[in-house]
Amino acid sequence: MSTLTPPASTAAERELDTRARGDGPSAAYWTGFVIVVGALALSPFVLPDFWQRFTTEILIWGLLAMSSDILIGYTGMVSFGHSAFFGLGMYGAAAALLAVRPPNLWLALAAGLVAAAVVAVFVAYFSTRLRDIYFSITTLVFSQIFYVIIFTWTEVTGGENGLTFRQPPFGVPGVFSVPFTRNGLHWFVLAVVTVSYLLLRRITQSPFGMVLQSIRENEPRTRAIGYNVERYKIVAVMLSGTFAGLAGALYAVQNKFAAPDFVLFLISGETVIFNVMGGMGTLVGPVAGAAFFLLMKEAFSRIFYEYYLIPVGIIFTLMVIFLPQGLLGFLRRRLNQ
Amino acid sequence: MIPVDQVIVQIVNGLVNGMILALVASGLTLIFGIMDIVNFAHGDLFMLGAYVGTTAFLTTGNFWVALAVSVVTMAMLGAALQVTALRPLVGRDPLTTILATFGISLVIQNYALWQYGPVPRKILEPVTGHFRLFYVEYPWYRIVIALMSAAIIGGLYLFMKYGKHGIWIRATTQDRVMASAMGIPVPWVHTVVFAIGAAMAAASGVLFGPTVGVNHAMGFDFTLRAFVVVVVGGMGNLGGSILASIFISLLESLATIWVSPAQAVIVSFVALILTLLIRPTGLFVPTPK
Repeated sequence: MSTLTPPASTAAERELDTRARGDGPSAAYWTGFVIVVGALALSPFVLPDFWQRFTTEILIWGLLAMSSDILIGYTGMVSFGHSAFFGLGMYGAAAALLAVRPPNLWLALAAGLVAAAVVAVFVAYFSTRLRDIYFSITTLVFSQIFYVIIFTWTEVTGGENGLTFRQPPFGVPGVFSVPFTRNGLHWFVLAVVTVSYLLLRRITQSPFGMVLQSIRENEPRTRAIGYNVERYKIVAVMLSGTFAGLAGALYAVQNKFAAPDFVLFLISGETVIFNVMGGMGTLVGPVAGAAFFLLMKEAFSRIFYEYYLIPVGIIFTLMVIFLPQGLLGFLRRRLNQ
Repeated sequence: MIPVDQVIVQIVNGLVNGMILALVASGLTLIFGIMDIVNFAHGDLFMLGAYVGTTAFLTTGNFWVALAVSVVTMAMLGAALQVTALRPLVGRDPLTTILATFGISLVIQNYALWQYGPVPRKILEPVTGHFRLFYVEYPWYRIVIALMSAAIIGGLYLFMKYGKHGIWIRATTQDRVMASAMGIPVPWVHTVVFAIGAAMAAASGVLFGPTVGVNHAMGFDFTLRAFVVVVVGGMGNLGGSILASIFISLLESLATIWVSPAQAVIVSFVALILTLLIRPTGLFVPTPK
């Protein structure tokens, strides 16, 4: 290609050329990244107890929101079924922590991942044949199906009461093992979420990610160019579901219980809210959206008690109408270089 | 061994539930057919209609007055919602309307929880008395529900076929641009349709209220089932959604003979998934487009 295009001569052309080639993230991006991760890493020394736990939870929900952004923001498929993946990640980890003694952290995470991935394949197979609204309804229906199964299969899942278990220690089996402190758990979660973010970023900037974005922009044309759209969609759902399961497993480890409430549609709905509020298609946006939503929930709970969803719902609806690109949407171009 | 008497009771149950569901779903399908809006808040309009009915019933003591009050109030609320929240979204991608109606659904649900509290409310049925159906004392009121729903849907059908606004609505469904060119006030038609949909949901809420307690969570189940019905019956197809409602409700009721009601709901989901795989335009649509 370099032999065919004439050398860029004006400054504008050079800038355009760089943009088109996608030179990778700018220095500003990496600085921002380091600052944010650094701030999160230092937070245990600064924040009081309650807010510390809160931050860790924000990270976990942020991971769930990130995973859903792959589908909503990058492939353009709105999934209302993420609670199924999240919940199964939770229950998978719970199963591993209850079945194996002594409880093993890595096994729990792996079990959660596998459980969510299996469910994701299943859901993907049925739902990816459908476009738009039918896809959304199908994912919603699937999450309800799993809710009913988990809720009624009391012998295995504990039904309404869920499962409780001990928190596994952090360590490599046979080498060392140290129980989690609150700070230790925070750093572990931060590490997992950061690595997941970098992984997902790598994936979305890869040719695979580009095809997903192309599907979002114009599916018939992508198909006409020759890409097997269904296959890409299935992989996208599996990817999204697996990371959602990871979030679920982390949640189980942090809170030491698994409950059917997390498979309810409301969780899926909140995930979509995080995405819209934070900015779809940015990966970081949904994490910010999760933080924003959870902070609002905390703040409004003080005033409105359990009716916090009334003002939050109104704000959300207003954002959908007037600010559809979300809080970080204006950074979308920069974050995706 | 098929227990015949149980089957017949469940068939009657299925028909009654089917008619209620048909009333809710026809509003939803009308809204979708005209405006391409998937109204996530439809079940919550159903629920709010039931609540307004309880308040009206408490003040007047008359079921039918309560029904009328609820229908009119919810129609106005529906129109207000459409004008404020949904009109700005015309022309944007369908995802935004799903999200907007989802937001509205959250607000309505929690508003109801706030205003009315978590304890279920009761409306007294206007027609008491039971008749003997095999092993069960079957309340006459349930038959009344079914007949009234059928009457309302019949009224809607006649309105659509012969009423001036009805013809406007059908024209807008077929070709929005042409209808506008012919002088039909399309935005007004949209508002009217949404109001009608809300009114029908409210009516079903009030009718359904006496059979179970009115509580703030009753909407979601119906929203979900209404979605299933609208897809199985064919999006925008009124007759199809009625048939689908009855079909799905019959399946569910019959399933309760063998499994618990909580699990019976899976049957309708399976029906949805099968429909989407085999005949995505809808089971009751004559030829796939």
